[in-house]
Amino acid sequence: MSAVPTDYSLRSSRRRLGDRIGDVALRGTTLIAALAAVALLGAIVWKVLALAWPSITHYGLSFVTGETWDPVKKVFGALPFIYGTAMSSLIALVIATPLAIAIALWLSELAPGGVRGVVGSLVEMLAAIPSVVLGLWGILVLGPFLANHLEPWLHDKLGFIPLFGEPSPTGTGLFTAGLILTIMVVPIIASICRELFLQVPDELEEGALALGATRWEMVRGVILPSTRTGIAAAIILGLGRALGEAIAVTQVIGGGTMISSNLFAPIDTLASKIAASYQGAGSGLETASLLYLAAILLVIGLLTNLAAQVIVRVFDPLKGAH
Amino acid sequence: MSAVTPPISLRASGGLRRRRLVNKLMEGVGWTSALLAVAVLFVVIVSVAVRAWPALSWDFFTKPPALFGQPGGGISSAIVGSLLIVAIATAIALPIGILIAIYLTEFAPRSVARPIQLVLDVLNGLPTIITGIFVFGVVVIDHGQSAYAAGFALSIVMLPLVARAAQETLLLVPSALREGSLALGVSRWRSVVGVILPTTFGGVLTGAILAVARAAGETAPLLFTCSIFNPAVSTDVTHALPNIPVLIFTYSEQPDQALHEQAWGAALVLMMFVLVSSLLAKALLARSRRKLGR
Amino acid sequence: MMTDDVTIPVDVAPVEIAQERRTPSPTQRKVVFDIRDLAVTYGPTTAISGVDLEIYGNLITAFIGPSGCGKSTFIRSLNRMNDLVPGAKVDGRVLYHGQDIYGDGVDPVEVRRRIGMVFQRANPFPKSIYDNVAWGPRVLGMKKALDERVEKALTRAALWDEVKDRLKKSALSLSGGQQQRLCIARAIAIEPEVLLLDEPASALDPIATAAIEELMHDLKDQYTIVIVTHNMQQAARVADMTAFFSLQVEEGKRTGILVEYENTDKLFTNPADKRTEDYVTGRFG
Repeated sequence: MSAVPTDYSLRSSRRRLGDRIGDVALRGTTLIAALAAVALLGAIVWKVLALAWPSITHYGLSFVTGETWDPVKKVFGALPFIYGTAMSSLIALVIATPLAIAIALWLSELAPGGVRGVVGSLVEMLAAIPSVVLGLWGILVLGPFLANHLEPWLHDKLGFIPLFGEPSPTGTGLFTAGLILTIMVVPIIASICRELFLQVPDELEEGALALGATRWEMVRGVILPSTRTGIAAAIILGLGRALGEAIAVTQVIGGGTMISSNLFAPIDTLASKIAASYQGAGSGLETASLLYLAAILLVIGLLTNLAAQVIVRVFDPLKGAH
Repeated sequence: MSAVTPPISLRASGGLRRRRLVNKLMEGVGWTSALLAVAVLFVVIVSVAVRAWPALSWDFFTKPPALFGQPGGGISSAIVGSLLIVAIATAIALPIGILIAIYLTEFAPRSVARPIQLVLDVLNGLPTIITGIFVFGVVVIDHGQSAYAAGFALSIVMLPLVARAAQETLLLVPSALREGSLALGVSRWRSVVGVILPTTFGGVLTGAILAVARAAGETAPLLFTCSIFNPAVSTDVTHALPNIPVLIFTYSEQPDQALHEQAWGAALVLMMFVLVSSLLAKALLARSRRKLGR
Repeated sequence: MMTDDVTIPVDVAPVEIAQERRTPSPTQRKVVFDIRDLAVTYGPTTAISGVDLEIYGNLITAFIGPSGCGKSTFIRSLNRMNDLVPGAKVDGRVLYHGQDIYGDGVDPVEVRRRIGMVFQRANPFPKSIYDNVAWGPRVLGMKKALDERVEKALTRAALWDEVKDRLKKSALSLSGGQQQRLCIARAIAIEPEVLLLDEPASALDPIATAAIEELMHDLKDQYTIVIVTHNMQQAARVADMTAFFSLQVEEGKRTGILVEYENTDKLFTNPADKRTEDYVTGRFG
């Protein structure tokens, strides 16, 4: 073994000791911050489950299928709120998905140069409106309009379908909540989809048009298929937003515990039930049950988010295309 | 040149005319959808503004809410409370978010960066009411509601936004700059702190503003952490402070016209703050992109 | 139809593929495109101007010239692909079998159906090999005997033997040269009359290039082929007629103009214009 002559050593001299400490310190601090984010997510999951634990052990999984929520008789079940969450999100997605994709296509393919940027910004601004403001608007403006006009009309024309039952007197109910969620979800899906559509190489679009396809045939044959997983992820991200929205939904959904086929009837979602009952919870068991609702919401929220992220990361039909 | 050319038609005929029609129809759907989104935005802004108008006055901004049953009053205490809460949230989220971004872009190997990125994305998509319950569990149960608990809750909302924005601007830094600095024998931390971070200032600021705008309108995390009614103007962050989102939420649930008017006023203030900051952030972003030559 | 002896210009490498050059006499020529005073502008810049020429049927016509001389702009104006470029404006007339493709009531979609195009970079759709070829006919309503149509197109594009066992595989799994032949198959599946090739081999290796050149030669019986190439040897190898575009600089503005249009042999061996001579002998560009 030969000793390295110190004169030619590339090791840091003492003068550089400060730098080495600095390097380690910076790396260490940033690593700690990153680990803190991971720990935070873990802590959130752990804490919410821990808070809900008394009622989880009390009810077991039958809580999820329990149809009654009666604080007086102290019987609690999550099914009405799971139904409310599923239906309000479904309404939102059914309306928002085609609308958002159409907006995204318009922004990426059709919009004249001059208005493209402006409308794009306006759609983004729609996403920036605080949910509590949208909820206020929903309860005092949109609700009454729906109650007086749209809901009676739908009931008249389509009343034979049980979904369109008696209009609500004030305009609060599942349907209104679904529409408010639509407004929140459209800009989310639209802006993700616009980015996706813009990523489709121009050559592919030209290739389709050069075959004598119309613009719509090009969209349907090339743009939509090559972005379909991204679109799916965008929809799931929108779903995550709709499932978890508490405030605006609380304001407009009316609050109820009865599962009804009538879309205009009041109900609650998981999130809105928690938000609406946070103060008034009478018994320890009711509080624990609300926290159980939160645990269910957490699990659903985590799953939808993970699903969206995994789809984006794993599948990409354009993979390999240039 | 041969005299006889076969008669061909370049006009739309038969099948093509039908395909053209479908195309026109779908273009119409695109235009209508875009118009609808813009119309909804305008309807919301205008109807908030119209209803807020009667509430707006000097007193509205300078006076705390009137005591129960009395007329008048304003939202000054809620404005102060909101500012403090958001300031606390920013003070927590901004440095940590930047540190995370530095770790992800400068140090982390891919295999480590990806799961951390995933965690941040999941945090970003978490229902904010869950965040509220978490902070309720770790702080409020033992120490009661307070502005700092609310700030902590909002910082969790802001953290992934700040980290993502900082990360994106760090990635924009030309690798030539990064390598150039390292090639001069400058140590890693000096090059990060002295060369790379300063160039990302604009982008990070943009992200911070957007995160503030988002946090300022969040209500759900505050319900469990800072919602006890307290009309007085106060800067004591160890107690629950009145704030704008909770004020709008509680007023909107009351059947009282006067309170509705106040809620509209507060909603306009909040909405304008959020929209103006978003626009500002966008303008800043455009500027810093130009500076980095993109 | 007569066949000249192929005279190879000094700077052109010997061509391995069988070559049969056609120089139909003026009376035998079938005019497909009659282009009159064509000019294309993008906003304030003029890409090409004053282009006058005729393109004849069942020949390969090559367009050569230095980069930026407007060759691509020119070829894209033959099937109205320039319509897709914001701010592009076309003046003059492009008569296709006597009809102005920019005339009133002319549908660009119909124009593009009849005049197919293959691009510089192979651009197969992210679909299966089969669906790439079948997509055009499906969209255009040519749904009868689709399998046969696909097979025929792939065969004509000299790709069938290589892909017949994996038609359901993604087109993106093919090599660059195969992808480009797939794009040719895709273009001829809808039975166009003209094939426009915009530097179709510029991203390919020499073997794949030779395959494409051979293919062009096979296709000219059935199609009128227009090719843009930055590679003079390629034009010399494949083209019956060659047009030379160049840049004219006036008052600081650069405009693409047509300098000379001749039989390929004449253009390369005995050009009439000094600028052409400088270019083909390598003194310029």
